[in-house]
Amino acid sequence: MEWLTETKIPLGSWIASLMDGLNEHADFVFYAISDALGFVIDHTVDALVWLHPLVIIAFFAGLAIWLHKSWKLTAFTVLSLLLIVNLGYWEATMETLAMVFYATLICMVIGIPLGVAAAHRPWLSHALRPVLDLMQTIPTFVYLIPTLILFGLGVVPGLISTIIFSIAAPVRLTQLGIASTPKALIEAGQSFGCTPRQLLFKVELPSAMPSIMAGLTQCIMLSLSMVVISALVGADGLGKPVVRALNTVNIAQGFEAGLAIVILAIVLDRICRRDNSENTGQ
Amino acid sequence: MTNAVEFDNIDVIFGDRQADALALLDQGKNRSEIQEATNNILGVADVSFNVPQGEICVLMGLSGSGKSSLLRCVNGLNKVSRGSLRVRHGDENDVTDVTTCNAQTLRTLRREHVAMVFQQFALLPWRTVAENVGFGLELRGMNAKQRDEVVREKLALVGLDEWASKYAHELSGGMQQRVGLARAFATDAPILLMDEPFSALDPLIRNRLQDELLDLQDKLNKTILFVSHDLDEAMKLGNSIAIMEGGYVVQHGTPEDIALRPANDYVADFVAHMNPVNILRGRAIMQRATKEQRNGSGNFAIEDEDIQITVENGVIKSAQSGENGALKLINYDGTLPAHLDATDNSIIFVADDTVLLKNLVEMREITQNPVILTREGRLSGTLGRREFFASLT
Repeated sequence: MEWLTETKIPLGSWIASLMDGLNEHADFVFYAISDALGFVIDHTVDALVWLHPLVIIAFFAGLAIWLHKSWKLTAFTVLSLLLIVNLGYWEATMETLAMVFYATLICMVIGIPLGVAAAHRPWLSHALRPVLDLMQTIPTFVYLIPTLILFGLGVVPGLISTIIFSIAAPVRLTQLGIASTPKALIEAGQSFGCTPRQLLFKVELPSAMPSIMAGLTQCIMLSLSMVVISALVGADGLGKPVVRALNTVNIAQGFEAGLAIVILAIVLDRICRRDNSENTGQ
Repeated sequence: MTNAVEFDNIDVIFGDRQADALALLDQGKNRSEIQEATNNILGVADVSFNVPQGEICVLMGLSGSGKSSLLRCVNGLNKVSRGSLRVRHGDENDVTDVTTCNAQTLRTLRREHVAMVFQQFALLPWRTVAENVGFGLELRGMNAKQRDEVVREKLALVGLDEWASKYAHELSGGMQQRVGLARAFATDAPILLMDEPFSALDPLIRNRLQDELLDLQDKLNKTILFVSHDLDEAMKLGNSIAIMEGGYVVQHGTPEDIALRPANDYVADFVAHMNPVNILRGRAIMQRATKEQRNGSGNFAIEDEDIQITVENGVIKSAQSGENGALKLINYDGTLPAHLDATDNSIIFVADDTVLLKNLVEMREITQNPVILTREGRLSGTLGRREFFASLT
């Protein structure tokens, strides 16, 4: 076995030197990204915190009524968000909300076109699969280090890590939705003279919409599950008190902050989830 | 009459070894041999016939006979491997060859000239009935206001004006296919492709929609290519029928041609399973009058029956039965006289020789006497017991 271990393949140092190289020669790119994203998120948080909590709670309650016409969901939304205010985690919740919002937004903006392209091009789908697998399975801490080096401490490396972790869901579910558009509907579109563009927007995307919406809720949930990890690289939000509680073995604080994350997760999930019975005919 | 669609030596191969498969086809190999050698599927082989404007042509055959494959070539859903397929629209010289035209021309053809109705309706489930009907117009870029007008008109045509704002899944199967029809009518395309449109419906609804289609056809006068696996349906709807087997058209002709002169055992087998009374006309089964009887004068007996008829210059003057004496002549004008619902063997019917067997059988049932057939008022032939039995067995 000696021959096998004699010369170690320097995989790790290759990646390390790649990161060093990037950091040395292209650091202005990453700093620019970091500054821009940081600026946007910080101001969003400022705006959310500046608004009175009741305004935001009313907004969520309004969403619940408008999208689901359910008093039960509305009451749950209002009461659980009031509980967060009461516990004193409102500002942290708003910071987390902003980060989840931007992470999800960026995931969807990149993920949907990528999923559509992959559904139409088998080679791209083949190429994407191992990459997406890698992004989902590689331990988060592993890419937390390089993102930390490239983007510096703060909310942005947390955001980037969150995107890396969550983007597979919208890509995959969009691809699935587009690829499983019934052949009869595609043919109906073609036989009435769709251009490829019309076929995409008038047939494929509407048909894939339930799947894409499932991708959206998945993406939100995955982003929320990254909140604590993001806190490790300096992102504000509900992750911070959890990490602090862990370091100081503070059961009370850990439980309260954790509960706030769970409440936010359930509220966002229930509001974004579409009823299956709605107009899909399936 | 000008042809709306011309199939000219059409071959369709599914697969990526077109040239090899076509070479094998030219050597006379059949579908399974071609599949074994090239792994490609023979869809349609050497089809040539024309569909005149305003006619309903039914493509008929078992599943896998290539009828749908052929239909889908007309609007380019299937690619023709060899041959030429010309679609004429509007003007005499306004012809598109689907096999060679570019994507833009094909799209125009699909938007303006050829519409399609699908077996499983293929309505877009996230759109209302009205939005589905307006789909083709929307693709064409028509504005919402004009679209609304057309949609309302077409929905009224198929009797669904009340349902405009419902979703497809809220409608029954028959209604869904009416939406499919309205969607196809909405573009005002002169050519309609119908791919087993009524096969998914139960027999009662199917029958009603067939009648509605024929009524609409009287009004709209489209050229319709209709795929069916049901010979009764084909006979009912078709001005002409093309029977397909293994990708080939084995017989193309009028419903009567098919029923009375099946080209091979395959066609004969279909015909054996159909109900002839709705298709056959008197002239196809009658005992033909001789030339002297048609134009001359005198008495002659109807074979196998105890009845004599008297003719003057080809016009029927009277009929006598050996049993009942002189018979009363009644001209059949499309409906049976209302008071004649019971058996009455003192009368004899005189009908045009294009009347359907179905009606002739009813006459026979009332009178128990033969039916005398005329063409342009002159004797054409007679239908006795023997002819009835021969036609029905």
